[in-house]
Amino acid sequence: MADATVNGPHANAAVSPRGAKPTRRLSGRNIMIYGTLAVVCLYYLLPLWVMVMTSLKGMPEVRLGNIFAPPLEMTFQPWVKAWAEACTGLNCDGLSRGFWNSVRITVPSVIVSIFVASVNGYALINWRFKGSEVFFTILIFGSFIPYQVMLYPMVVMLRELGLYGSLTGLVLVHTIFGMPILTLLFRNYFASMPEELFKAARVDGAGFWRIYFHIMLPMSLPIFVVALILQVTGIWNDFLFGVVFISKAENYPMTVQLNNIVNSVQGVKEYNVNMAATMLTGLVPLIIYFISGKLFVRGIAAGAVKG
Amino acid sequence: MTHSIQVKDLTLNFGAMSVLKNMNIDVAEGEFIVLLGPSGCGKSTLLNCLAGLLDITDGEIWIKGKNVTWAEPSDRGIGMVFQSYALYPQMTVRGNLSFGLKNAKMPKAEIDKRVARAAEILQIEPLLDRKPAALSGGQRQRVAIGRALVRDVDVFLFDEPLSNLDAKLRSELRVEIKRLHSRLNNTMVYVTHDQIEALTLADRIAVMRGGIIQQLAAPQEIYNRPSNLFVAGFIGSPSMNFLHGATVDGGAAFQFAGSKISLAGYEGGAILERSKAILGLRPEHLHIQDHAEPGLTIPAEVEIDEPMGADSLVWLEAEGGLQMSVRVPVERRMASGTKVHLKVDISKASIFDTGTEQRV
Repeated sequence: MADATVNGPHANAAVSPRGAKPTRRLSGRNIMIYGTLAVVCLYYLLPLWVMVMTSLKGMPEVRLGNIFAPPLEMTFQPWVKAWAEACTGLNCDGLSRGFWNSVRITVPSVIVSIFVASVNGYALINWRFKGSEVFFTILIFGSFIPYQVMLYPMVVMLRELGLYGSLTGLVLVHTIFGMPILTLLFRNYFASMPEELFKAARVDGAGFWRIYFHIMLPMSLPIFVVALILQVTGIWNDFLFGVVFISKAENYPMTVQLNNIVNSVQGVKEYNVNMAATMLTGLVPLIIYFISGKLFVRGIAAGAVKG
Repeated sequence: MTHSIQVKDLTLNFGAMSVLKNMNIDVAEGEFIVLLGPSGCGKSTLLNCLAGLLDITDGEIWIKGKNVTWAEPSDRGIGMVFQSYALYPQMTVRGNLSFGLKNAKMPKAEIDKRVARAAEILQIEPLLDRKPAALSGGQRQRVAIGRALVRDVDVFLFDEPLSNLDAKLRSELRVEIKRLHSRLNNTMVYVTHDQIEALTLADRIAVMRGGIIQQLAAPQEIYNRPSNLFVAGFIGSPSMNFLHGATVDGGAAFQFAGSKISLAGYEGGAILERSKAILGLRPEHLHIQDHAEPGLTIPAEVEIDEPMGADSLVWLEAEGGLQMSVRVPVERRMASGTKVHLKVDISKASIFDTGTEQRV
């Protein structure tokens, strides 16, 4: 009996498994899962494949109609043409014009809207004033109203301000339309931060802006990344506001210009150029996603905890 | 005696709800005041009002002879320590300590001097360049105290500073806070729900309930002569034994079930004759003996005893099924079912009026 007690642990050690848990790679279950995933992947990647392949072909090859086949003679000419030579209306300097217009629209819109919304959220949580809840409710209500309802009044307002048709006007529109959802995002994130931290900073003599820049900002990088991604992709991909609020073709953002290139009814349909132009337009949001995907997920999760 | 903090008719309402009602407290310079009470009694709220983190509805707050009712928190001459430490996570310990001084635009040399002094007092010098995440709970709370210390203020406000620590660390830091107080001799206002902290630290304790101060007195006074039933029941562990009965013979005796207890030697006001009264007896003010003494003892039967190391608690059932506890020396083991008599030390007892719940 005494022996058994002494040997007990060793006996157990011999029986217990060592090393990594063995797995059967090719179980029926796994085949099902990976098979399904592969099919779905193929389904979603096929259009991209077609686009890339077509954009690398010359027009004679495109006319053969083998859309899945890789190019026999690879050429980057369609990309060059899409970027620098394609014509929309009277301008024949390609998408580059639209690209820079979009940059001029997106950068200020993103910066201004995120800054204002984060200060809004911070004030609504930490510096409550009489009626702050009502103010917040009204702001949130704004996100439920369909854009189409506000388009015409907005055009009139911009006209009265003398901003209709200008890039500045469009920046203003994007900033305003981003406000409800961004404020909600920041408010909820700041609400999840410990209140005592804010109190400690006040006892330490920090004011509104000092607390915002020295305490709140450094602690909320994830939510700023979320807001950045939401705004950059949203504003970059916007088509409706670009068409409505820009009156001169030379000021059109990239999306509108892309539409004008692809949908032009004169001349030959240059599918290869269209494909290249489309991919060029989609590149910016794609790059943003790749760079900040990890932070994005973390920020969404953090903001979701408390409402 | 100069006043450090004076609270005059302080009232605080949240909408229709009254949180603090017409409060008056005078705190002497260098005094250690503990605000004690169950959760929701308004003790932390009162502290936040003193700090200026909540705007009060009515009344005045004076600190060091200045009316600070509407002053900014940083202009009140207070330092505050929070339950969750509330250290700025992205700053080092040094950054945490100097943040407030930088806000006050103090010259760098003076900041360094003060930080060094606070670090020396709290023995956190080796931690100065670490971030809060790399500190233990006890170290974090020390830094939080340091943040109040560097401000070189007259009044320290503590908001349940030890609640997040484990029992051992809590008692260590408790002693340290007491040592700090005797060294600095600042006025300290300390919020807690832990009566041990209150009894050990305080010069005076303010027991609060429902936004009203029930009693403001020295710990021994609160313990021995609780002003009402709530204070009597809240302070002391296990709680005071309450015997529901009546005072008879013109207030000379207490009638409880079949026993009549003489009230000769009671320290308090005129007892009078009351048809309903409560006799409060602390577990250590009862003595177990095996013979009855008329007018001095209550018969009871032992249920269980709980040895607690230093002493033992005996739980008994008295007449009328009343549960009572008595503290006895640990050597004295009591068998369940033993019939005994409890001798009452009436000089340490409290009598409460059943209607008003006030001590007589």
